[in-house]
Amino acid sequence: MKESREPLFSRAALRAYVMIGVLAVIWAYFHWATGSIFLTPLNLSNLATQMSVTAILAVGMLMVIVSGNIDLSVGSVLGFAGGIAAIALTTYNQSTGVAIILAVLVAVLIGLFQGALTAYLSIPAFIVTLGGLLAWRGAVKWLLGGYTVPVSDQTFIAIGNSYIQPTVGWIIAAIAIIFVIFLVIRGEKSLKTYGLGEANYTSAALKAIVPILGIAAFTWVMNSHRGIPVPVMILLAAALFGGFLTNSTVFGRRLYAIGGNPEAARLSGIDVKRNVVKVYALLGVFTGVAALIFTARVGSAAPDAGVLKELDAIAACVIGGASLLGGRGTVFGACLGALIMASLDNGMSLLNVRDYMQDIIKGSILVAAVGLDMMGRRQA
Amino acid sequence: MPLLEMRNIVKEFPGVRALDGVTFALEAGEFHSLVGENGAGKSTLMKVLSGVYPSGSFTGEILIDGRQVQFRSVRDSENSGIAIIFQELSLVKNLTVAENIFLGREPSHYGLVDWPKLYGKTKALLEELGLSINPGTPAGELGIGQQQLVEITKALSKDARILVLDEPTAALTDTEVETLFTILNDLRLRGVGMIYISHKLDEVFRMSDRITVLRDGKTILTRPASEMTKQSVIEAMVGREVGDLFPKRERRYGETAFEVKNLTAHLNGHKILDNISFSVKKGEVLGIAGLMGAGRTELLMTVFGAWPGSSSREIYVEGQKVEITSPQDAIKAGIGFVTEDRKRYGLILEQTILDNMTLAGLERISGRFITHRAREAAAVREPIEKLKIKANTPLATAGNLSGGNQQKVVLGKWLLTRPKVLFLDEPTRGIDVGAKQELYNEIDRLATEGLAIVMVSSELPEVLGLSDRVLVLHEGRITGEFFGKEATPEKVMAAATGHL
Repeated sequence: MKESREPLFSRAALRAYVMIGVLAVIWAYFHWATGSIFLTPLNLSNLATQMSVTAILAVGMLMVIVSGNIDLSVGSVLGFAGGIAAIALTTYNQSTGVAIILAVLVAVLIGLFQGALTAYLSIPAFIVTLGGLLAWRGAVKWLLGGYTVPVSDQTFIAIGNSYIQPTVGWIIAAIAIIFVIFLVIRGEKSLKTYGLGEANYTSAALKAIVPILGIAAFTWVMNSHRGIPVPVMILLAAALFGGFLTNSTVFGRRLYAIGGNPEAARLSGIDVKRNVVKVYALLGVFTGVAALIFTARVGSAAPDAGVLKELDAIAACVIGGASLLGGRGTVFGACLGALIMASLDNGMSLLNVRDYMQDIIKGSILVAAVGLDMMGRRQA
Repeated sequence: MPLLEMRNIVKEFPGVRALDGVTFALEAGEFHSLVGENGAGKSTLMKVLSGVYPSGSFTGEILIDGRQVQFRSVRDSENSGIAIIFQELSLVKNLTVAENIFLGREPSHYGLVDWPKLYGKTKALLEELGLSINPGTPAGELGIGQQQLVEITKALSKDARILVLDEPTAALTDTEVETLFTILNDLRLRGVGMIYISHKLDEVFRMSDRITVLRDGKTILTRPASEMTKQSVIEAMVGREVGDLFPKRERRYGETAFEVKNLTAHLNGHKILDNISFSVKKGEVLGIAGLMGAGRTELLMTVFGAWPGSSSREIYVEGQKVEITSPQDAIKAGIGFVTEDRKRYGLILEQTILDNMTLAGLERISGRFITHRAREAAAVREPIEKLKIKANTPLATAGNLSGGNQQKVVLGKWLLTRPKVLFLDEPTRGIDVGAKQELYNEIDRLATEGLAIVMVSSELPEVLGLSDRVLVLHEGRITGEFFGKEATPEKVMAAATGHL
């Protein structure tokens, strides 16, 4: 039964390798063009922090897209949740803990509400969240009275601007490495337990080596600057959580089934509506967390906070291989997509590319990426 | 000189020789059936003929009226008088009948559509065929049968001399089939040559002048229909002697596994099902026959909690009363449902065999919250082996499997939910004889092992050949119940048409 194991290059894996290759090319180019500024610990640390908000949104968005839905309102919801946190901290003098809970709670409630409208009233997700895009933006403006509300609470500001101590960083890295080894060994053991073949620890070790080296290199680079930035740590946690949900839970499998063929999913005993509401609520959690990082990093809540963020998140998912028709996409791909976008932003800023030109280039790359993907698929 | 001749056609795909020297000829005014198992090369041959595979992508010659032709595109073959009506209808549902018939070649003046001419011409065409279809009706509002007739009208409006029909009767009621055949007979008299692809041998023998059997990309034989029997056609198709298509039934019934009482269902204010009660015992196969629209699928859907309209009924599984308001409830109660139309309702085509088979029973097979791939792989191994699903790996994509294998995957999915009663809706539609026989044996084995089975099928021989008892539905009511040998085609058809 050797052939029952995953082929080395499934199409999804191949796609991931291609994207990593593209990323490497982009990085190499910027490093050369900026006169060796791009690939320095300082800049990579900045890059990672810059991508965190979009990437966290993209992880949540990915799950919504996989279920065959869309959410255009996350940018506005991000602004609204951030506004709530800022008002709680300043006008009502609440603690950081209360502000965090309120921001996430508000975003989750909005997700539940919009999800319910989509699932139970059968209003297309595009319309519900397009309405949300406008309405929640209006709500932010109303909430902040049209002004920018600065936040001075240092604990809160730290969410977006502090670093994890290098030693603590290494401890976390060590735990992560042990966890990777544990997962690989468990995977091999279960092959034997279920009579699917002999455990092969050599190939398992080879499989584990890439993530282990990745974790070590990442920690080393970040520690060479000031340590792993807190927003990046939150992103890593969010991505791990999202990856776990989509890959290894019943809920995740159901999302792919619902996106792949909702009617077949329903007749196979999956409560499609309830799961759609759940996935919107989950996106709410991610949006709330992203709102906190965004607000803390800027140090204030503004009426236009998060404008166009929904499109960045969707673009990251799509560049990462998600299909807007549903049923296909990975959290890893979405994060990679966000990293590619952030790299372009960062590199072009270093090169002083004019603002309008940056937008034109990013837009073109989004379309080109999907175009190439479609061409590849047609040949297959 | 034949109207059409295809000589020594060879078409290769990477790793597969789909057509291996096929030879085929069609006379003017001939009704020529093309039969073969799925994968025998029928569709590929027709794609070669229609220019879907342009000349150069295959070898061999195509001659029309004795002159060699080369089609670079579908348009080329249409210009040569070839029209194909595919299984999946290609009408635009929101456009009217007339707009569909002249789609892409609307009569026009200076770029503006000449509507009176469009509708006038359509009306004339429809009248010529003796069809009473309003040219102004949107195509989507017509029944499947009428849509098929519109497709044929469209083909003839292009002066088609060669008409290819791919499984045209799959979704038609008996009356619609009669209308279709009347028109096809009329076309025969007008000299149109027809290539008819069908799994339904009754129809093949009723209509054909000649029959050609394809197997493994080769022409096995071409003979006048009068010199052949169903048995000999099937044997030529599968390349071996087939015994009885249906297994011998040696079943013993246990106690009642499933019972439904006083089932009534409405949709948009119309009564679809009226006071239906029946039960099925362990080890029994209950067949449900009836014409299209009699309410067979609706009946299963209603019991399963998947009916969009309102309904009332009492359901008992192994004597216990169960409340079912959703498919989840039904699965929990021990009901499995192999739905009709596997591509639409049964499978997630882009996912693997493994993912599809574990879908309905995922929590039981894998884990309540966290999934366990190895456990799933172990669980699907037995059904894959028992059902003889042909794939190198459980991680093969479901959409790439043949129809028979896809159907087995859906069946496997439901067996993995450990059902106490299994509903089968059109379990063998559109799959070849070999796969059919395998599924029949499987259904028989499941019943022999004590599973209660309720089977809906439009193919009467199948219902009669497999069922221990047959219920007949007509317009939402039970109009007949026949035990074992009592169920004859005549009696069942009489009940199905409400003449009992």
